[in-house]
Amino acid sequence: MAVLSTREKLAILSDAAKYDASCASSGAAKRNSLKSGGIGSTEGSGICHAYAPDGRCISLLKILLTNFCIYDCSYCINRSSSNTKRARFTIDEVVQLTLNFYKRNYIEGLFLSSGVIRSPDETMGEMVEIARRLREDHKFGGYIHLKTIPECAPELLEAAGRYADRLSINVELPTDEGVKRLAPEKRPETIRLSMANLRAKMEERSEPTLRTKRRERFAPGGQSTQMIVGADATTDATILKTSARLYGSYHLRRIYFSAFSPIPDSSSALPSMRPPLMREHRLYQADWLMRFYGFDQNEIVASQPNGMLDLQVDPKLAWALANRAQFPVDVNRAPRETLWRVPGLGTKAVKKILEVRRHRRLRLEDVGRLCASIAKVRPFIVAEGWSPGGQTDAEHLRAKLVPQPQQLSLF
Amino acid sequence: MAGSAQPYRHMQAMEVLLEGETDFAGWRDAARRLALNNVAPETVTWSTGRDGDLFGSRDPLPEIPAGATMNVPRDFIDLAELVTCHSEPQRFALLYRILSRLRSEPDLLKIASDTDVIRLNELAKAVRRDIHKMRAFVRFRKIEEADGERYVSWFEPQHYIVERNAAFFVRRFTGMRWTILTPYLSADWDGEDLRFGPGANRSAAPSDDDLEALWKTYYANIFNPARLKVKAMQAEMPKKYWRNLPEAALIPDLIAGADKSAQEMIARMPTIPAPHHETVRAKHWSNKPEAESGDGADASSIAELRDAAKACRRCPLWADATQTVFGEGPEDARIVFVGEQPGDQEDLAGKPFVGPAGKVFDGVLEEAGVDRSITYVTNGVKHFKFEPRGKRRIHSKPNAGEISACRWWLDHELALIKPDLAVAMGATAAQSLLGKSIAVTKMRGQVVTRDDGLRVFLTIHPSFILRIPDPSDKEAERERFVADMRAVKQLMAA
Repeated sequence: MAVLSTREKLAILSDAAKYDASCASSGAAKRNSLKSGGIGSTEGSGICHAYAPDGRCISLLKILLTNFCIYDCSYCINRSSSNTKRARFTIDEVVQLTLNFYKRNYIEGLFLSSGVIRSPDETMGEMVEIARRLREDHKFGGYIHLKTIPECAPELLEAAGRYADRLSINVELPTDEGVKRLAPEKRPETIRLSMANLRAKMEERSEPTLRTKRRERFAPGGQSTQMIVGADATTDATILKTSARLYGSYHLRRIYFSAFSPIPDSSSALPSMRPPLMREHRLYQADWLMRFYGFDQNEIVASQPNGMLDLQVDPKLAWALANRAQFPVDVNRAPRETLWRVPGLGTKAVKKILEVRRHRRLRLEDVGRLCASIAKVRPFIVAEGWSPGGQTDAEHLRAKLVPQPQQLSLF
Repeated sequence: MAGSAQPYRHMQAMEVLLEGETDFAGWRDAARRLALNNVAPETVTWSTGRDGDLFGSRDPLPEIPAGATMNVPRDFIDLAELVTCHSEPQRFALLYRILSRLRSEPDLLKIASDTDVIRLNELAKAVRRDIHKMRAFVRFRKIEEADGERYVSWFEPQHYIVERNAAFFVRRFTGMRWTILTPYLSADWDGEDLRFGPGANRSAAPSDDDLEALWKTYYANIFNPARLKVKAMQAEMPKKYWRNLPEAALIPDLIAGADKSAQEMIARMPTIPAPHHETVRAKHWSNKPEAESGDGADASSIAELRDAAKACRRCPLWADATQTVFGEGPEDARIVFVGEQPGDQEDLAGKPFVGPAGKVFDGVLEEAGVDRSITYVTNGVKHFKFEPRGKRRIHSKPNAGEISACRWWLDHELALIKPDLAVAMGATAAQSLLGKSIAVTKMRGQVVTRDDGLRVFLTIHPSFILRIPDPSDKEAERERFVADMRAVKQLMAA
C-alpha cells in the first residue's frame, strides 16, 4: 500500500469524523498558560473558530486516529465491510497537527475518536498517549475531548479522565433493539455500564481527597453522548424518553442528535435519503424544553398522536396550541415557570420581564422590545392595555403562526 | 448626590474633546464634572482626538462644586467602559445621557424595555460579540526570525477592542511570540511583555503559511454536503470577516458542489463488502458466539445464577436500568437479608446496599453485632425502577407483577444458599418472600415460617429511617431498627 502523506490522511480521517455532531469545547475548568509558559487556555464557554457551509461550528480538530475498524455497524462509514479508503495517523502526527493548528488559532483543541483496531485497549491506549503527550510533553492547555471505547480497561478510562476535559460514549441509537439490529457487535449493556462508571468516577473525584484536600482531575467537562436519528423507525417520543433516562441516569452534559446522513457506500439496511435536519432541529428544541423550561418529556409529545414532533411549528408552540386553556398568561403577574411556557419567550426574555415588572407594569410594546418576535407571543399573553380577546382560542391561530414556506435559496 | 431637581446651569452648547477612541477615563472625568454641574445632555457634544482636532475648540470643563458627589451603579461603570470600545460616534453622548438620567432614575438599568437602555445593551452586545469574534477569527501565520519563530496576524475588528482583548491572547499563547496587527493598533507579545503600537496595513503581515494547506484540507473534509445550511453559517461567520480567513476562499466551491456531492452520496449503491471484511470477521468475531445465558434454572452456584440474571427480561424494568443488581455474600451464609430494589447508586455500582440506605444498614448491623461474613444481602426486585427528573432519578415502587417476576431469582438464591433465616426489610421484600402483601409496620419483629420451613423475620426497610425529617424521631426509629437486628442475632444464636 502506498504511504499516505499527512495531508492525505487528514482528508480521510476528518471526512470519517464528520458524522459526529459534537464539536463543543465548553464546560471545561478555567485554565491558562501564564504559569506553565506553554500554550492553551479554556475559559468556560468554548469558541467556534470557523463555520462550515453546513452551518456547523468548527471548534475542535475533530479526527479519527484511524478509520480501520473491526466493527461492522451499518450506519457507519468506517464499518469493516465498507469500501471507504483507510488511513491511520501516528501518535506524533496527531500531536503535531493539534499543536500547529492551535498555534495559528484555528481551533480550541482536539476531539479524538477512532475506529477500533485489533483491540479496544490497544486503540484506547494510543488515544490516551496522544492526550498525555499533549498535556505533559508539550504543556498543552487547550481542550481535549476523547471518544471513549466502552470495552476498554478501567485503567485506560482513568488515564483518559486525567488528561481530557470531556469524555463521551455514543449510545448510537435510541433503543437497544436498534443497536442490536444495526450494530450487531456492540453491546448496549456495555455502553450503559461505561457511562455509569464515568458518572461514578466523576462524582468520586469531585470530592476532595482526604490526604491532599485537593480534587483530582477527572474530565471536568463531564460526559456527553450522541444518538443517530432517522436510521431506524424509532419515534421522537421514544427518543425523548431515552434522553430523559440518560440525563437522569448518567448526568450527561449534552445529548447530541445526529440526523442520519447518507454515507457513501452505504449499507442496504438503511434509508437512502437526505438527512432529516428539521426533525433533528425539533428534537434539540424539545431537549431544551426538558432541560431549561421545566417541561416533562411526556407533555411535549402528548398532543402528537403518532409520537412524532410537529415539523411545522416548534414544540413549545405545538404544546401551547394544544393546551390553550392555560392561556392567556398575564406577563405582569405570572410566575417564572408559567412565563417559560409562553411561545416566543425564551429564558432570557423571561428573566428581563421579571426584572422590569418590579419597577413598572409591562405593556405589549415593552414585551415586544424584550423578545425576538411579538407576533408569536401576542395571542398568548395579557399585558397592561392588552388582552388577546378571542385570538387565543381562534380556530385559525395555528395557520396564522405557521411560518410561511420559504423558497430554498442556495446562496 | 446633588439635588437632581436643580435647574440645569449650562444651557449653551458645550464641546468635550477626549484623548482617543477608547478614552474611558477622560469621559468619566468629564461626565462627572458635567453631571454634578447639572449640564443638560442635549447641550454637550462629544468628540475624540482625531476628528475633534478639526474643530479645534475645547471648552474648559467646569469644576465640581464643593461637597457634591454622585453614585452610580457599578454595573453602569462596567457597561460604560465596554461601550466606550464601540465605533458608534454617539456612544459618549448616550453614556452621558444615561448617567444624567440615573441621578433621578437609579433603577434605570433594570428597565430593559427603556429605549436608552436597549441601545446601551445593543452597543455592549456588539462589542462583546466583536471581542468574541476576534478570539475566534484571528489567524496567525508563522514567520522565522533571527531569534526564533513568531506568529503574526492581520485582523480588522469592527470596534476598538484590541487593548481590551489582548490579555486573552496572552493567557492563551503565553509560550509563543506573537503580533496582532489591526488598522488602528497593534499588539505584540514577546513571551514576557505586552506592548501596543500604532496601526498597520495588511501588507505588513505575512501573506502565507505552509500549514494553511492542511487547515483547508480539514475544512473541506469536515463539511458534510448533505447538510448544507448556508444561512446558519453566515449568521455566525459574516462575510465581512471572510477576507482574512484562509478557509473562506473554499466556501463558494463547497457550496456549489454540495448538491452534486450529496446526490452522489445518496445514489451510490451499496457495494459488496470490502476485501478485508471477511478476514476481520474470521479473526475477531468467529469464535465469539453470543453467550446464550439461560434462565438460571440449572445454575449450581450463585456466580452462575448471577451470570444468568444479567440478561433477565422477565419484566420490562431492565430497559431503563443500567444493570441487574444481584445479591452479594458468601454462598453458605446463614442469614439472607432482602431489601426492596437497587437505588441510584446501586444501579451504577452493580452492588446491593451501597447507597445511603446501605450505609444506614451497615452501621446498624455493626452496632447490633451481626457478623457480616454469615450474611447474604439481596433485593426482592433486581433492577432499579425510577422516573427521571432532570439530573435525578426518583425511585418508584415496584408493582406486584414486577415483584412476582423477580421472585424467580430470589427463590433460586434461597435454594442455593439454604439459610436458617431470611430478613424481609420492607413491604416489597415481605411480599417477595411470602408471596402475599403484608402490613410490615404492624407485624414488625415477628417471625413467619414459610411452607418450606424457612423462617422470615419482618422489619422495615432502612430507607424508611432516611425519610423521617425530625432528627429525634429519626434516631428513635433507628434505635428500633437496631433492636430488630439484635433480635435477628438472638434468633441466630438460638
